[in-house]
Amino acid sequence: MTSNTAVISVRDLTVGFGDAIVLDRATLDVFEGEILGFVGGSGAGKSVLMRTIIGLLPKRNGRIEVFGTDLAAVNADERRAIERRWGVLFQQGALFSSLTALQNVQYPIREYLNLSPRLIEEIALAKLEMVGLDAGVRGKYPSELSGGMVKRVALARALALDPDIVFLDEPTSGLDPIGAAEFDALIRTLQRTLGLSVFMVTHDLDSLHTVCDRIAVLSEGRIIATGPIETMLASEHPWLKSYFRGKRGRLIHH
Amino acid sequence: MTAAGRDAQGTSASLVATFDGKGVGLIATGAWIAERAAELEKIVDDAAGRYQTARSIDIDLARLDRLDTFGAWLIERLNRAFTARGASTRIIGLSENDRGLMDEVRLVNRTAGKDTAAANGILVALDSIGRAVAEIGASLVLLAHLLGALTMVVLGTIAHPARLRLTSLVHHLEKVGWRAVPIVALSTFLIGAIIAQQGIFHFRTFGAEVYVVDMVGILVLREVGVLIVCVMVAGRSGSAYTAELGSMKMREEIDALRTMGFDPVEVLVLPRIVALVIAVPLLTFIGAMAALYGAELVCWLYGGMTPDIFHARLREAISVPTFAVGMIKAPFMALVIGLVACVEGFEVDGSAASLGLKTTSSVVKSIFLVIVLDGFFAMFFAAIGM
Repeated sequence: MTSNTAVISVRDLTVGFGDAIVLDRATLDVFEGEILGFVGGSGAGKSVLMRTIIGLLPKRNGRIEVFGTDLAAVNADERRAIERRWGVLFQQGALFSSLTALQNVQYPIREYLNLSPRLIEEIALAKLEMVGLDAGVRGKYPSELSGGMVKRVALARALALDPDIVFLDEPTSGLDPIGAAEFDALIRTLQRTLGLSVFMVTHDLDSLHTVCDRIAVLSEGRIIATGPIETMLASEHPWLKSYFRGKRGRLIHH
Repeated sequence: MTAAGRDAQGTSASLVATFDGKGVGLIATGAWIAERAAELEKIVDDAAGRYQTARSIDIDLARLDRLDTFGAWLIERLNRAFTARGASTRIIGLSENDRGLMDEVRLVNRTAGKDTAAANGILVALDSIGRAVAEIGASLVLLAHLLGALTMVVLGTIAHPARLRLTSLVHHLEKVGWRAVPIVALSTFLIGAIIAQQGIFHFRTFGAEVYVVDMVGILVLREVGVLIVCVMVAGRSGSAYTAELGSMKMREEIDALRTMGFDPVEVLVLPRIVALVIAVPLLTFIGAMAALYGAELVCWLYGGMTPDIFHARLREAISVPTFAVGMIKAPFMALVIGLVACVEGFEVDGSAASLGLKTTSSVVKSIFLVIVLDGFFAMFFAAIGM
């Protein structure tokens, strides 16, 4: 149910640290109900773009609109209302280490919604089960979880409030191939049922092939291509060719 | 349903009941979403209670505007409440979009959570006392363990002096020794001044002001100087050691060292503890001098006792053993502070909370053990007549 409404629209975004310009007039749209795969070389600035959109890094120039609202022009309350509608899965999970897995998922629900403890617990447990974790992890602290489980708990937390947009920073890294495929399928399910829009930074060619509706490629600070996987495979751009039709790309394609 | 046009608060949400001869029909309308979950929970529990006797229930979702996990779960909760009583339920009118979500929700929360039965209060108290005692025992064992490992490393280093990390040692010596001088000198100066002032004030009533010098001299050199310095060092450097080692432990740096074939005790613990063992006696000396200076100043300005008289009295009151007692204690106390700090640092597990906890307990334990050790020294020196 991809529509033409852009939930995120980035125009001429420039971000830099000191003298280094990481993003140079990058322009990108994420449409409602799509899963956008965002690729680029390591250190190309994929995470920088994501962190700039969600407001963790300052921009030098350009315009970022989320749900049609310019993020530079909102007050604190409006910003909170927008933040309530997105969920972020950080690369390392970023779980609160002093809270258990269950408490981590409950945290945003408890902060934003005034619900009974029973419902909060049931919803949080449901989210944990939906990301493929059994009830055994509920009382465990992040330090007692494996890397893959941390990712899943973090996804559960990102989805805790049933957001409209989910930002995923390399969601399937650290999961075994079966887990990664389940993860992709889960993202698909939630995306379909909730009209979720997904912005996924990834290197996982499987995910790019199976779940991403569109792919955007970042190179040298700019978005050099956007389009479905077929466009990427057909492209003659040298970087795209080596990325999608290199050894690893071919293995998956055939 | 466009995201941009969505009402963030949702519209209304309700559950309408209809009856026919055989059973109850419940029609869910509106937006069953997170924002409305609080009122929906009441509606759902209310409905589950009201139609207890119904044998057949249809839950109609055809008129839903929006459904998210919160709403889906509440419908599932309603469904389970009826099926648990043996009623037959059907969920009808489910749209294609919501089917996946309802299927997902149907699978969750099937296993009952751990029963957290209300525990007996007395048992809980006994349990925590027992754990605390066991923990004290375990931490003493760890202290002994690290002391043993350190001894082995020290012996090895004596045999091969090149193994001592001199750069690291000097670095720590600067941090725990040199940089601690101003604050240690200032606080011991004030302590000396305060003791002298109190002494003069109270001794004056029976004309024994001159003995203030004896009191200050013996007290500062034997006990207070070294204790104040140790408390400052435990708070300043012991906590830093624990935090440093703890965060290295958290980030697996210590494991990395070990896999490269290095002994963390040799690389990390030895330079730190040696630095403390060198720095604390020096700081104790500086502290004692600063305290005596503070006392002298107060005696002069407040008690009207000239420095000459103060010096003459001091020379009579104290002897080399008085000074030696304080200095002998200092390196042992430094060792205790260093050992406790390093043991606690290695005990940190993955969480930020445990880092804070261990840093606190490092300071508390080392100050406590320093005082206990001081007590043992007092008995020891009394026994040998010093």
